[in-house]
Amino acid sequence: MTDIEKTADGVADLQITQSAHGMPHHHRMIFLALLVVALIAPFTLYPVFLMKVLCFALFACAFNLLLGFGGLLSFGHAAYFGAASYVSAHAAKVWGLTPELAILTGTLAAAVLGVVFGSLAIRRQGIYFAMVTLAFAQMIYFFSLQAPFTGGEDGIQAVPRGRLFGLIDLRSDFTLYFVVLAITFAGILFIYRIIHSPFGQVLKAIRENEPRAVSLGYRTTQYKLAVFVLSATLSGLAGATKALVFQIATLTDVHWSMSGEVVLMTLIGGMGTVFGPIAGAVVIVTAQNYLAGFGAWVTIIQGAIFVTCVLLFRQGIVGVLARLLRKPL
Amino acid sequence: MRKTTTTAAIALLAGLAAGAATAEISVKIGVLNDRSGLYADLTGEGSVIATRMAIEDFGAAERGISVEVVSADHQNRPDVASTVTRQWIDVDGVDVIVDVPTSSAALAVNDIVRERQKIFLVSGAATSDLTGPACSPYTVHWTYDTWSLANGTGRAMVEVGGDTWFFLTADYAFGHALERDTSAVVEETGGQVLGVVRHPFPGQDFSSFLLQAQASGAKVIGLANAGGDTVNSIMQAAEFGIVQAGQSLAGLLVFITDVDALGLDDAQGLVLTEAFYWDLNDDTRAFSQRFAELGNGNMPTMIHAGVYASVLHYLKAVEAVGSADSDAVMAMMKEMETDDPLFGQGVIRTDGRKVHDMYLFRVKSPDESTGRWDYYELLNTIPAEVAFRPIEDGNCPLVQ
Amino acid sequence: MLFDLLGVTPQALFSQLLLGLINGSFYAMLSLGLAIIFGLLNIINFTHGAQYMLGAFGSWMLLHYTGLNYWYALFLVPIAVGFTGVILERLLISRLYHLDHLYGLLLTFGLALIIQGLLRNEYGISGKPYAIPEQLRGGQNLGFMFLPNYRAWVIAVSIVVCFGTWYMIERTRLGAYLRAATENPTLVNAFGINVPLMITATYGFGVALAALAGVLAAPIYSVHPNMGADLIIVVFAVVVIGGMGSILGAILTGFGLGLVEGLTRVFYPEASAVVIFVIMAIVLLVKPAGLFGRTV
Repeated sequence: MTDIEKTADGVADLQITQSAHGMPHHHRMIFLALLVVALIAPFTLYPVFLMKVLCFALFACAFNLLLGFGGLLSFGHAAYFGAASYVSAHAAKVWGLTPELAILTGTLAAAVLGVVFGSLAIRRQGIYFAMVTLAFAQMIYFFSLQAPFTGGEDGIQAVPRGRLFGLIDLRSDFTLYFVVLAITFAGILFIYRIIHSPFGQVLKAIRENEPRAVSLGYRTTQYKLAVFVLSATLSGLAGATKALVFQIATLTDVHWSMSGEVVLMTLIGGMGTVFGPIAGAVVIVTAQNYLAGFGAWVTIIQGAIFVTCVLLFRQGIVGVLARLLRKPL
Repeated sequence: MRKTTTTAAIALLAGLAAGAATAEISVKIGVLNDRSGLYADLTGEGSVIATRMAIEDFGAAERGISVEVVSADHQNRPDVASTVTRQWIDVDGVDVIVDVPTSSAALAVNDIVRERQKIFLVSGAATSDLTGPACSPYTVHWTYDTWSLANGTGRAMVEVGGDTWFFLTADYAFGHALERDTSAVVEETGGQVLGVVRHPFPGQDFSSFLLQAQASGAKVIGLANAGGDTVNSIMQAAEFGIVQAGQSLAGLLVFITDVDALGLDDAQGLVLTEAFYWDLNDDTRAFSQRFAELGNGNMPTMIHAGVYASVLHYLKAVEAVGSADSDAVMAMMKEMETDDPLFGQGVIRTDGRKVHDMYLFRVKSPDESTGRWDYYELLNTIPAEVAFRPIEDGNCPLVQ
Repeated sequence: MLFDLLGVTPQALFSQLLLGLINGSFYAMLSLGLAIIFGLLNIINFTHGAQYMLGAFGSWMLLHYTGLNYWYALFLVPIAVGFTGVILERLLISRLYHLDHLYGLLLTFGLALIIQGLLRNEYGISGKPYAIPEQLRGGQNLGFMFLPNYRAWVIAVSIVVCFGTWYMIERTRLGAYLRAATENPTLVNAFGINVPLMITATYGFGVALAALAGVLAAPIYSVHPNMGADLIIVVFAVVVIGGMGSILGAILTGFGLGLVEGLTRVFYPEASAVVIFVIMAIVLLVKPAGLFGRTV
């Protein structure tokens, strides 16, 4: 059993003992507290910044579903995030779809991409899997650079936010914030459900010992593909939403550094934990925001966090908290 | 008693006058450009210096206008430019955005300032769409644009016999616009465009694209790129012996800092179009000397000159209006004639285009040059009336 | 006749093939280094791209600060960068051998970010020009194409270095130890060979190869902090296609894919950036272990 699995396991074991009775009490309390904070936040902080945090929190949670619970390290999740961002921007701007349909279209695109790339990538394991996903993501990057509808370096600009269900005008950041909050929360709760479902149990079994799972009669490839597609789809949901928030879809969304960022958020927050990726997203997006004026220091600090996390802090913020509290988080 | 009243009245009046003088109009200027990338030399910190010089020369402090300058690096990325602009306007209360090279980034900023009703003084970006289909009531395009470059360099190349063209185009809004506007000039003057190849932005290795251009057999290889990309294309063309083999290179947008980076050995003979050269007259020489001393010794590019002149004109309009209200200031900017030491007198058209003379230069040979920065020989002055696209051809919705 | 049929000039075809071969030289040297490191250390060295960049920057700095020219750089820079690799391995990477290999990937990714960021802070992102050494300027007109001397030199050096390395590993005693240690480090250690030292030296050598590629690249591409970042991902694809099993496989796949890329540029330029990734997808479908790889 590898170390990544061990870290996740200790936590997952505890979770499962409690999840038989629905959501454990302290998880319910944390979700509630997060919701209260999220509802108050836009009254004091800049809503666009908060929406960025929300989108990345969802992205990191989706990524963590694959890494922390599926045991698969993808280094190319920018492909699903970015492709969905492009498609939803195109749908909203060129096809004139309403925002909810644009986001749905983008998410679907990510799902399709997840099926295609996932079925190829799961043929390899471990490091090879990481390299293959990275290479596929780079392929999407070059596609986005040259495809006629993505606008090359310009990206798709001036994406209209439109009216939700044709009714509610989303041009105000404040209104849009609550829509994004609803999407993010629904996405994260959905991930929570997946992790604690029988499907999630089988995933855990596969991650621990694949041959044993096979011998028990599970078609492990299908399970791995399923979790890959789910993760890609939810990453797509985050990307599609982001495109409407910033009204722009660009190459930044599909670049490999985006894939690196989501790994970093998950790692620093605590992989294999429920709340870790959210904490990771808050930390990294805030750091990016305040360090933006310092040029390449953002990159250097991110690199340093990577190194520190890998060498000394493999459980991440929430992982350490969970150990201190002796409760899974 | 009466005396006291009079004195009091005078004091009151004086107080009012003083109050008017000190009831400061405060203005916040955001200089947004490339501070670390391939356009950092031709925009970058130099544009911040030019902005400060304009504030100082205008005497903002003495005239009761307090000006704050903020700056940021958009890394030539439209998403970063749009995030910074939103935050500047929504959170930091920036009134006017200045410079913004890289057309894709400038177009992103243009959309936001139109929606948020803030003023945008473009100097760095080139695409003529900013005063065409994308024009905005709050945007002034000061220094140059792709149409004026095509009209200068493109026309000059065709006139000396370069009638078949192949474009090496930076694959983003600016490259596309420059290629489009130059193709139009080439075809209009009886030339022919044989082909186009688009390179990633920023590019590294241009050799395969240059070989495609060579294989086309065109007389002129038009470089529809800028800054470091142009410098690299010219150097790699030299490595593959393309100019010796008989094709000529047309640098459609070459700045004085690029010529400095290339060296005269590689750059000599290039024909280029600029709106400004440090060695034009006493005023430009004095400005450039000060600029060089404040900065790292480099002479200003036309973009720096444009930033200076546009900020100066903006501040004059703010003083005339007595507030920083975008609509009123913009109306005043378009109503007042512009007058500054670098571009002389000029006007801002309804579509936001600032018009002034443009110059066609030829880069000197090492023998002709007397030293560093003595690079250009003036071939031709293109008068303001014909230097820019006629207002009715631009399809700007504000004009109809 | 044939060329008329294909609708391309021989000049265009051969020039693009040549450029492909040059790219292939870099792919081969870089994937070779990755393969050697992976063989013994079992980590994917994500820092490889940054170390290639350090090679190019090293030669620029050597010229700029000390005036030592290209020929000094060709020897000094790979040694110096290789030495920094040794330090990295001893200080950081060696702490991860007992963990999942993925942590090695994450660590070296973080290191790459730090190195690139530091240089970007110091030198900006725009390229630093590095002149072609005087002895290698100019070129040969081969009739069907113009061959710049320096590019011919790059191909020659790369072929010599790659096959020299192959010979060293497959045909010498030192290479035999190395191969044995790859198969079973515990046993080799028991035979009295210092395996940890060998691991460190191997990492240093792999890094030095990357740096040498960087020195060779400096006069062709402009020297800038992100020059290795995008290249390394293509090299990953090359490695997946070749499979990690054989040294010769890494070399041949590198050169071969460079040529394929060059051909694509002649017939369908828009696809040249993605062709390697498409090939990777096909190889994964047909032969998941790679063209030369053993099944994992």
